[in-house]
Amino acid sequence: MGYDAVVRVEHLTQRFGKRTILHDISLDLQRGEILGLLGPSGAGKTTLVRAIAGIGEYSEGQIAVLGERMPSLRVVQRIGYMGQADALYQDLNGLDNLTFFSDMYGVSKKRRSSRIEEVLELVQLTPDAKRPVHTYSGGMRRRLSLAIALLHEPDILILDEPTVGVDPVLRKNFWTEFRRLQAIGVSLLITTHVMDEAEHCDRLGLIRDGRLIALGKPSELKEQADSQSMEDVFLHFGGVQA
Amino acid sequence: MRTLSLTKRLIKQIVRDRRTVALLFIAPLFILWLLSLVFTANDTKTTFDVIGAPAVVLDKLRETGATVAEVSLEAGKERLAAGETDAYLEFALPKVNVVLEGSDPLANRAVMQTVQMAMQALVPTNGVVKQFLDVTYLHGGSTLTMLDYFAPVLIGFFILFFVFLISGVSFLRERTGGTLERMMATPIRRHEIVFGYFFGFGLFAVLQTTWVQWFTLQVLDVNSVGSFGSVLVVNILIATVALSLGTLLSAFARNELQMVQFIPLVILPQIFLSGLFDLRGMPDWVIWLSKAMPLTHGAEALRGIMIRGDSLADIWMPLVILSGYSLFFLALNIAALRKYRKV
Ligand SMILES: Nc1ncnc2c1ncn2[C@@H]1O[C@H](COP(=O)(O)OP(=O)(O)O)[C@@H](O)[C@H]1O
Ligand SMILES: [Mg+2]
Repeated sequence: MGYDAVVRVEHLTQRFGKRTILHDISLDLQRGEILGLLGPSGAGKTTLVRAIAGIGEYSEGQIAVLGERMPSLRVVQRIGYMGQADALYQDLNGLDNLTFFSDMYGVSKKRRSSRIEEVLELVQLTPDAKRPVHTYSGGMRRRLSLAIALLHEPDILILDEPTVGVDPVLRKNFWTEFRRLQAIGVSLLITTHVMDEAEHCDRLGLIRDGRLIALGKPSELKEQADSQSMEDVFLHFGGVQA
Repeated sequence: MRTLSLTKRLIKQIVRDRRTVALLFIAPLFILWLLSLVFTANDTKTTFDVIGAPAVVLDKLRETGATVAEVSLEAGKERLAAGETDAYLEFALPKVNVVLEGSDPLANRAVMQTVQMAMQALVPTNGVVKQFLDVTYLHGGSTLTMLDYFAPVLIGFFILFFVFLISGVSFLRERTGGTLERMMATPIRRHEIVFGYFFGFGLFAVLQTTWVQWFTLQVLDVNSVGSFGSVLVVNILIATVALSLGTLLSAFARNELQMVQFIPLVILPQIFLSGLFDLRGMPDWVIWLSKAMPLTHGAEALRGIMIRGDSLADIWMPLVILSGYSLFFLALNIAALRKYRKV
């Protein structure tokens, strides 16, 4: 069973200049699980998932995704990535953005238009597909970013704070979708700084100041912290007693 | 395939931005048209006085279109000092004293041209000297205006300027907007990004060149003896240099304003040192600086084609230098993207 890790991070250290942003992080993502990374803003979550997605460099350690050392173009093809900031072409419409990224992922011409329709339907953007992105609301942009990440039917989804700025109804829809993907065997790595969202994850990593301070099932973590609230769990492992 | 998709996306983005399209295709025409007004005014009308000139001479001077008045020496001096005339000609035959106002070089030249024209017309009719002056031109000729000389350089400059600015800004946006990084999370290769940009902006460079060149030759009546295709080849090379330099420098700019700040730094010096102005007699380091600038070689190639009718083989040297710059900058771009992803 242990060999089903689709992502394996070993002793990852990341420095920017003299500052060490990530300290010796080791974790893995199992096939078909939702692993959450919870931590306050500035903890290093984005830096960590970017390294896993193959963007930028890392100073020390090893990252293997699907058994290959990152960065690897072959593996990148099987990852769906949604950044913390929406990286969209504002002057183009939603459809143009989707078309461009499906070409980037090499989605075949035949499959392309039906696949774009599917993801548009999924994030409920079909009526707005022909509007320029700069006229979209924050929530619509988040949805388009998610649609782009799903375009090429990836095996692994890396989502950096996917529900920031998303209203509660939509957030619920997002999570329903994540569960559905999980059910068909997709592995998800999701960062968040919202405590209650963390409970939806199968396993949870707590990150503070670039250190992985705890990793386990939400229920286990709560048990260890002897508390029912995620806040308390965080404070417990952070070394600060509430 | 990814390269092509990137190219398509860039074209879509530019076409949807009406103002940029206008900048590319209308601004050069406007500037060239203004310059044509300034430079082709080689028949500048001058005003001067003559003192004691023979009637035939006076007639010839008037025939040139200059405003000529016959006055006394005193009046001539006074009017010149008051700035009413550009010069006075005092005929103390066989000598003619020409006294010029002198502060405006263009006016000076116009007076001298008028006097020369009149004299040339006069001398043969006198039957004294049949061929007083025999002037021939190796290239161009007496009909070559300043605009004819400047146009090839300017066409090259427009390409350099607009492609540099627009490609630099769009690559900058790609950086600051996070889409470059987002692209790096897809399986696109670094060189595919650089080539996508190359083809996208290359297309606009070709369209712009064709259009500007058509306007210059057909509407402004600028002389060109060379082939249109050769001019296009040179301009595409200039566009490649501009594009790769623009995207490269965009890494050192944090916003659009900082991108614009590169223009006086790297673009304007190129036009001053590219052979638009005579550099003979300049200090060595200026000459070397000029030789180091891509536009110098581009302008030399364009002048060769348009004025001297050179073929591509004749201008192989500037072509090689321009290609060298292009390849060098393109390679630097591909290398610079390593910052985003190592493979
Ligand atoms: N390219 C970079 N250069 C220098 N410091 C950086 C860079 N990227 C991130 N950081 C720093 O790393 C720390 C963690 O950032 P980040 O990973 O974005 O945290 P989070 O996503 O958890 O909010 C922050 O203090 C940030 O300033
Ligand atoms: Mg973050």
